[in-house]
Amino acid sequence: MRREPARTFSDLLPLLFPAAVLVVFFVIPFGIMVAVSFFRRQQGGFYTVDFVVANYERFLTPFFGSVLGFSLFLAMAVAVCCVVVALPFTSFLSGCSRRVQVVWLVGILAILSLSEVIIGFAWSTLFSRTAGIGNLLAALGLMEAPKALLPGFGAVLTGMIYQALPFTILLLYPSLMRLDPSLLEAARTLGASPLRGFVSVVVPALRHTIAATLIMVFVFALGSYLLPQILGRPQHWTLSVLITDQAIYQSNMPFAAAMAVFLVLISLALVGLVLLVGGRREAA
Amino acid sequence: MSALTLEGVTKRFGSLVAVDDVSLTVLKGTFVCLLGPSGCGKTTLLRLIAGLEAPSAGRILLAGAEVTGLPTHKRDFGMVFQSLALFPHLSVRDNIAYPLRIRGAAKAEWESRVGELLDLVHLQDHGERPVSRLSGGQRQRVAIARALAVSPRLFLLDEPLSALDAKLREAMQVELRQLQQKLGITTIVVTHDQREAMTMADLVVVMGDGRIHQAAAPVEIYRKPADAFVADFIGSTNLLDIAASGSSQALFDGVPLPGVILPAGVQRARLSIRPEDVRLTDPANATLTGRVTFLRDLGGTVETFVEAADTTIVAVSTRREQTQVAAGEQIGIRLPAEACVVLTR
Amino acid sequence: MTVTWLRRCYMALVAFFLAAPLAVVAGVSVNEKKTLLFPPRGFSLEWYTAIFTEPEWRGALIASLGLAALSAALAVIVALPLSWFFWRRVAPWARVFQVLGVAPFMLPPVITALGFLSFWATGGFYGAPWTAVISHAIFFVTLPLVTISLGFSSIDRSLVEAAATMGADDRTVFRTVVAPLIAPYMVSGFAFAFVLSLNEYIVAYMTVGFTMETLPVKIFNALRYGYTPTMASVSIFFVAIAVLAVGLVARYGDLPKLMGAWTGEER
Repeated sequence: MRREPARTFSDLLPLLFPAAVLVVFFVIPFGIMVAVSFFRRQQGGFYTVDFVVANYERFLTPFFGSVLGFSLFLAMAVAVCCVVVALPFTSFLSGCSRRVQVVWLVGILAILSLSEVIIGFAWSTLFSRTAGIGNLLAALGLMEAPKALLPGFGAVLTGMIYQALPFTILLLYPSLMRLDPSLLEAARTLGASPLRGFVSVVVPALRHTIAATLIMVFVFALGSYLLPQILGRPQHWTLSVLITDQAIYQSNMPFAAAMAVFLVLISLALVGLVLLVGGRREAA
Repeated sequence: MSALTLEGVTKRFGSLVAVDDVSLTVLKGTFVCLLGPSGCGKTTLLRLIAGLEAPSAGRILLAGAEVTGLPTHKRDFGMVFQSLALFPHLSVRDNIAYPLRIRGAAKAEWESRVGELLDLVHLQDHGERPVSRLSGGQRQRVAIARALAVSPRLFLLDEPLSALDAKLREAMQVELRQLQQKLGITTIVVTHDQREAMTMADLVVVMGDGRIHQAAAPVEIYRKPADAFVADFIGSTNLLDIAASGSSQALFDGVPLPGVILPAGVQRARLSIRPEDVRLTDPANATLTGRVTFLRDLGGTVETFVEAADTTIVAVSTRREQTQVAAGEQIGIRLPAEACVVLTR
Repeated sequence: MTVTWLRRCYMALVAFFLAAPLAVVAGVSVNEKKTLLFPPRGFSLEWYTAIFTEPEWRGALIASLGLAALSAALAVIVALPLSWFFWRRVAPWARVFQVLGVAPFMLPPVITALGFLSFWATGGFYGAPWTAVISHAIFFVTLPLVTISLGFSSIDRSLVEAAATMGADDRTVFRTVVAPLIAPYMVSGFAFAFVLSLNEYIVAYMTVGFTMETLPVKIFNALRYGYTPTMASVSIFFVAIAVLAVGLVARYGDLPKLMGAWTGEER
C-alpha cells in the first residue's frame, strides 16, 4: 500500500474531528490566555477586557528577576544532576537482558507517572523529623537528635531530581539502545579502561543526544509547580509556582497569563534549540 | 484463450519510466516468469496487473474484460507477496480462510475449503498454529494456499522463493510447478533467478529497463536470445563484435567465420555463442587462434579463457574433451555455425 | 568482575534512591495510630480501607477514576483517526496537527492548565466536571498519538495490499487487519493516559478545583492542613495502580520498543 495524497474531501474526513478538537480546545485556549495577558485585573472576578502591557512591565521588578533567575538556576541544576546520574545508569540498563530492562522500565514509568503531589508528600515524609532519614542518622550517631531536613534548597533539589530522573532515563534510553556495543568493546581492545572507554567513546558519540536531553530535562524541570512549594521556602518558589499562585490564590489572571506567555517563549526557544541540535545531527 | 492481455502498459514515477510500453498476451493455463535484474520493472508490472499501482498509459484485460481502472479488491486473482504478508494476528487456518470469510462464505463451506487447501500444501496438522511458529517453507505454503483459496483465474507471485535457502528453494520450484499443472491455473511469477525461471516456466519474459526484451519458451530464450541483453543475462555467453564482408559473410577481426551470415543490409552486429559450444582445437585446423590466459578447473568441467583480438572467449569443456593446454600457450578455436546467434539489436 | 560489581552497585543505588521515599510512605501507611512515624509502630491496614469507606476519600477516588477513564478514552478517540490519517495519506501541511497533539505535553503543565482556566472561564463553563474530561484528554492526547502512530508504522504495508488482493475493501481491511494489529498500541496509549490523568494535579485543580476534588487535589488540600495517614495509603495505592497499568502494557506489548528501542525488529 502506497501512501496517497488526500485528493477528495472524503479523504480528509478522518482528520476533521481530531483537528477540530485540537483547534477548539488547545489553540483557542492558548490564544485566550495570550489575550488575557493584556487584560486588566478585576478584583473579585477574573479580568476585564482591555489592552495594557502593565502585566509585562512587572517583569522588570527585582522580585520577578530573582524568581526567574532562581527558576532557571534550579532547572539547570536539576538537568545537569539528572543527566550525570542517568547516563551511566541508562548505559548499564541497555546492556541488561530484555527481561531486566522490562522490569526497570515498568518501575521507571510508574514513578514518572506519579503525581507531583505524591512525590512531594513522599519526600516531605522522608525528610520529616519523625519518619525520615533524620531518624536513621540519629540512630547511627551521625546526628545528635533527629531533625527535619525540610524546608530547604536541598529538599527541593532532591525532590525535583527524583521527579525528572525517570524522564531523563527514558530520553537517553533509545539512543543508548541503538548505540553499537562494539564501539565500547573496540575501545577496550585498544586498551581503554571501562571508565575511560565510556568517557572517551560513548559520551562523544552521544553528545547531541546529551545536549538535547539536558535541554528537555531543563524544560521539564521548569514545569515543576508543586515541589518547590511543598519542600521549599517561599524564596525557593519558581516561575511555575508563581503562576499558579497568581492565578489561583491572588486571582490575578492577567499577570499569571503574562508570566505563562513568558514561560512558553523560554520553553519554545529551548525546544527550538533541541530541534536545531537534532537537525544538525541529521545533516552530519 | 487469452487469460491476460497487456496493451502498451506504461508506468512512470515522476521522471522515471518503470514500465515502458509493455504489451503481452498470456494464454490460459500458462506458467509465465517475469525475469530480469533488479530495477527492471518486473515487480512494478506485476503490481500493475494486481491493481496495486495505476498505469500511466495502456490497458490491462483479464480474460477479455478490461480491468485497468478497477480497484484491487474487485479483480479476480490470488497473489503471493515477497514478504509473504501473512497476517501475524491470525492462525494458519484463519489466514487461509481470510479471503473466503470476507466474501461471506458460510462456516461449513470455508472450513471444508480450508481443509482441502491444507491438504493441497501438506499442512494438515498445522491449521491451528500461529504463523509465527512456522518454518520458512511452511510459511511459503500458507501464503500459496491463501492466495489460491477462492480458486482465482490468475495467480501472481512476487519473488516468492527469495527468502528460502538454496536447497529448499529448488524443492519449492518443483512443487510450485507441479501444483500449477495440477490446478491448470494461469500463473505469473516475478523472479531474478534464471534457474528458477527455466525450471518452472512455459513462457519466460525477459525484462530490462522497463521493456520486454524477449518472451519465449525457456529453451528458445537460451538457444535463440533476441538481443545481447538477453544473451548476456541468461546463462553466460561470449559476445563477439562482427562485421559483414561484401557477401554478408561474418568477419571477426577480419577472419571469416564459416557458415555465419549477417542479415542483408546489416554491416555490424554481435555474435553470441555459449561457452559449452566453443570448440578448442589444434591451432593448425582452427578458425581463430588465441592465447590461453586462465584455466578454471571446476572438477567436472574446465573453463578455458582464450584471448583473441582483444576479446576474451570462454570455452567450457568436460574433463574428457579437454585438450592439454597451459596458460600462456597458443590454442585454436572453432565456432560451430549452428550454435552461433547473430544479434543485430 | 569488579566492573560487573560496580555496575550492579550503581544500579542498586539508583534503585534505592527511586524506591526509598515510596518505601517510607508505605511504612508510614501501616502505622496503627494516626501518626507520622517511621519505622511504623504497630501494623494496621485501616488507612487503606479508609480510602473506600471515608466518604471524602471515596468521592475523590470515584471522581478521579471517572475522569481518568473518560479522558483517556477521549484522547484515544482523538488520536486514532489522526494517526491513521498520517499513516495513510501524504499531507505535509497536516503535520501541524501532529505538533498540536504533542505540544500540550511538551510545554510546562502550568501553561496548559492556565490556558484551560482562561478558556472555560471565558466560555462560562468554569467548574463543570466535563470540562476537566476534555482538558485532560487534550493534555494527554500525546500519549495515544505516539503509541498508535508507532503501531501504524510497525504494520507491514504489504499486509494491507495482501488483504486487498483477497477482495477486502478499505473498510474491511481496517476491521480485519489494521484494527487487530494496532489494538495493543491503543490499549497502551489508553493505559498511559489513564494513569497520568489519575495522577494529574494542576490542570484538574485549575479547571474544576473548586467544585470537584480529584485524589491528587484532595491529597494536596489535606497536606496543607497537616498529616492524615490516608494520604500515605492513597499514595501507595496510586503507585500500585501505576505499576499494574504499566505492567499490563509490558505484558501485552513490547515496552522497550514503545520506549523507542528497536528490539522488536531485530528479532
